[in-house]
Amino acid sequence: MSGHTSSYDPQNGAMKWLDKRLPLPRLVHDSFVSYPVPRNLNYAYTFGGMLSIMLVIQIITGVVLAMHYVASADLAFNSVEHIMRDVNYGWLLRYVHTNGASMFFIAVYVHIFRGLYYGSYKEPREVLWILGVVIFLLMMATAFMGYVLPWGQMSFWGATVITNLFSAIPLFGESIVTWLWGGFSVDQPTLNRFFSLHYLLPFMIAGVVILHVWALHVTGQTNPTGVEVKQKSDTLPFTPYATIKDAFALVVFFVVYSWFVFYLPNYLGHADNYIPANPLVTPAHIVPEWYFLPFYAILRAVPDKLGGVVLMFGSIAVLFVLPWLDTSKVRSASFRPTYRVFFWVFVVVAIVLGWLGSKPAEGGYVIASRIFTAYYFAHFLILLPLLGIFEKTKPLPNSITESVLGDSDSKGGSAMPSGAAASPETKG
Amino acid sequence: MSDTALENETSASGENGTRRDFLYVTTGAFAVVGVAGVVWPLVDQMNPDASALALASTEVDISAVESGQSITIKWRGKPVFIRNRTDAEVEAAKSVPMDELVDPQEDVDRAVEGRENLLIMVGICTHLGCVPLGDAGDFGGWFCPCHGSHYDTSGRIRRGPAPLNLAIPPYEFMSETTLRIG
Amino acid sequence: MTTFLTKTVATATLIIGMAFSGTAIAASELHVEEQDWSFSGPFGKFDQAQLQRGFQIYTENCAACHSLSLVAFRNLMEPGGPGFSEAEVRAIAAEVSILDGPDGDGEMYDRPGRLADRFPSPWANEEQARASNNGAYPPDFSLLAKARAATRGFPTFVFDIFTQYQESGPDYIYGLLTGYSEDVPDDVQMLDGLHYNTHFMSGVQIAMAAPLSDDQHEYSDGSPQTVDQYARDVSAFMMWAAEPHLMDRKAMGFRVLIFLLIFAGLLYLTKRKVFASVKH
Repeated sequence: MSGHTSSYDPQNGAMKWLDKRLPLPRLVHDSFVSYPVPRNLNYAYTFGGMLSIMLVIQIITGVVLAMHYVASADLAFNSVEHIMRDVNYGWLLRYVHTNGASMFFIAVYVHIFRGLYYGSYKEPREVLWILGVVIFLLMMATAFMGYVLPWGQMSFWGATVITNLFSAIPLFGESIVTWLWGGFSVDQPTLNRFFSLHYLLPFMIAGVVILHVWALHVTGQTNPTGVEVKQKSDTLPFTPYATIKDAFALVVFFVVYSWFVFYLPNYLGHADNYIPANPLVTPAHIVPEWYFLPFYAILRAVPDKLGGVVLMFGSIAVLFVLPWLDTSKVRSASFRPTYRVFFWVFVVVAIVLGWLGSKPAEGGYVIASRIFTAYYFAHFLILLPLLGIFEKTKPLPNSITESVLGDSDSKGGSAMPSGAAASPETKG
Repeated sequence: MSDTALENETSASGENGTRRDFLYVTTGAFAVVGVAGVVWPLVDQMNPDASALALASTEVDISAVESGQSITIKWRGKPVFIRNRTDAEVEAAKSVPMDELVDPQEDVDRAVEGRENLLIMVGICTHLGCVPLGDAGDFGGWFCPCHGSHYDTSGRIRRGPAPLNLAIPPYEFMSETTLRIG
Repeated sequence: MTTFLTKTVATATLIIGMAFSGTAIAASELHVEEQDWSFSGPFGKFDQAQLQRGFQIYTENCAACHSLSLVAFRNLMEPGGPGFSEAEVRAIAAEVSILDGPDGDGEMYDRPGRLADRFPSPWANEEQARASNNGAYPPDFSLLAKARAATRGFPTFVFDIFTQYQESGPDYIYGLLTGYSEDVPDDVQMLDGLHYNTHFMSGVQIAMAAPLSDDQHEYSDGSPQTVDQYARDVSAFMMWAAEPHLMDRKAMGFRVLIFLLIFAGLLYLTKRKVFASVKH
């Protein structure tokens, strides 16, 4: 998966023998040991590694939970409670898995916003970016179907509402929804197929992740300056430099993760999901999990059924064409003062949309949702194309090396204490 | 390492190197401990859970089991044979010389004193776990159809591939007619 | 420039948040007052005596209508719970009759409860429960303390992350049990068979009549025999029923966090050593 010349040198006979037949150790060495990464990567760049670990955690805990879970409309709720009460460490595994989904999304949002800030989607990394959006979509589908499995009130009504989105499709809508359900409402067949797909999709994610990493290793990483790697002195070997930095960031991330698992395990969930599913009663306020809230707000901002669905899917679809919407020649926001302001405004807009998604769809909230939805799309469709034409960018350094050494020289030549120094405004 | 920015690597020798090695080893040790701590819950979750352990004892009413009859009940998901043996069967079991047995055990050690007629055994062949048939085999006891093991009227292995006698579960008589297994 | 930006963003978020939270608070009438619980916070532990008292209230008062279907008798003696002895739990279980069977003749029969049994429901089915309760279904108690939560507006829900507030359920239950009032305001038209309660989630009219009154239950440990104390005890008991491994979880969490913090410190030092010779 590496674009550079291999430096793998098998030391003993057995490794030489294997190298001629299956050069897997060479692949690992070239991809994760000697692979050169820009020397100026900050902590915002550690989230990709974290995400792969989160995928592994979710798959392992998920496989284990599936050993105890029963995908039956009559038994699912109680089987989850059986895990919580009776299975050895069952409560731990289940809380690690449910909160893991949230942590996964926290990490992926930081990862995406890092990409937006440093222009990681720009030529020649369009395919890398698009694969990332595909992973994001698969993650959303997996998380949604996983949330249905405990078969609580939110599970059931979430499934009902989200599958009903497809009924907005003209002509075939109703048939598609009936087909998704395997019946005339969300019921046993729906639960069973969601379980099957919830088990399958993570492995498809893993497959696309391999492509994503492959594409990354073909083009190489971006870096906070946005200037491509030009010479050997611009880079460091992945191991130990990126490895140890990623490990430190990962463990700090685990501290936050543990805080939720052990002390706030239900903070990110919804109380109504501790009520068994009841097809006859809808909860007063149904809201999706927090990571879907901005999209939910966009859905509800439109008074038209089809229009809302189209806009909601459009809000993700627009990411696919982002590489061609951003017309700026300069990659990193560090050298784009105007874009940088709009970037942070966009972050706030996304957060406010999320908050609006959690509020009832009435009065001022709907009006606010419309304004912020309009801004969301304007950011991609109007601001980004225009900024590339009108923005006055700052001069770029000639190379990564120049930016690093020049920077430190100006501070008296002392080595900087930590990696975050290259771009302090991104705290990751 | 040749194509990266490593201009001058510090030497790993001397006091500085020792201190650094110590740090590396400690950090590595923490990583190992962390992984080990994570593995245990993943392993232990496959052990019997609290609800399964709670079902470890079963109470049975044996008043209806007449002499010469047997019943099979379920204990921990396994069949347990409760046979009210005839006096002849008990006599036959007691008269077997120890040197004829594969797994020597006196019949008195396989039943409760005073209630020798009641034989309570886990109905699982000690060969590969099939359930033997009652009133069958060459010794008037049980016969396992899977691989041809013969058990006598005391449930002791007499011929065939099974290595051990049918197991006796822990049990006690709660009253004249009630038996608690487990 | 950077600090300027950060501040701008923070201020903007705050202003927007506050502007909306004003309406949010006005919209929800429900007020849930936070109570002191022995099981809150990182070192929270259940008070065994309180859980035993709460269990007493449950059996003497609530169990006639409210099931506790996910809890087994054996749970009452498990660590981290009310801490009854095995003999006590056997006695508690034996007082309950459990429908078992079929026996040899194909008949179902009643037998005394055993440790492995779960609490039997007072109702044969939901329809029977509704028929006996003026159409209302008395909810199961097993998870109620986690299934009830009041909306926490901005910025409270942000602070909750740091204060580890997870006691919305017991706070609500306590509030409900102590929230009955005879003084119905003039503008409230009470429906037949409903009772006025200002702490009820769905309106101010609840089907359940005030279940507790002072000196209704006799405590053997000298605790005050008041509605307030009864409500507190049964709420704590319900929290345990909903989250029986709470103490385990918090104790393990403390050990895990200490481990991770030391590990993170070591990794940070290692990272510094590794990068010592490279400007980056």
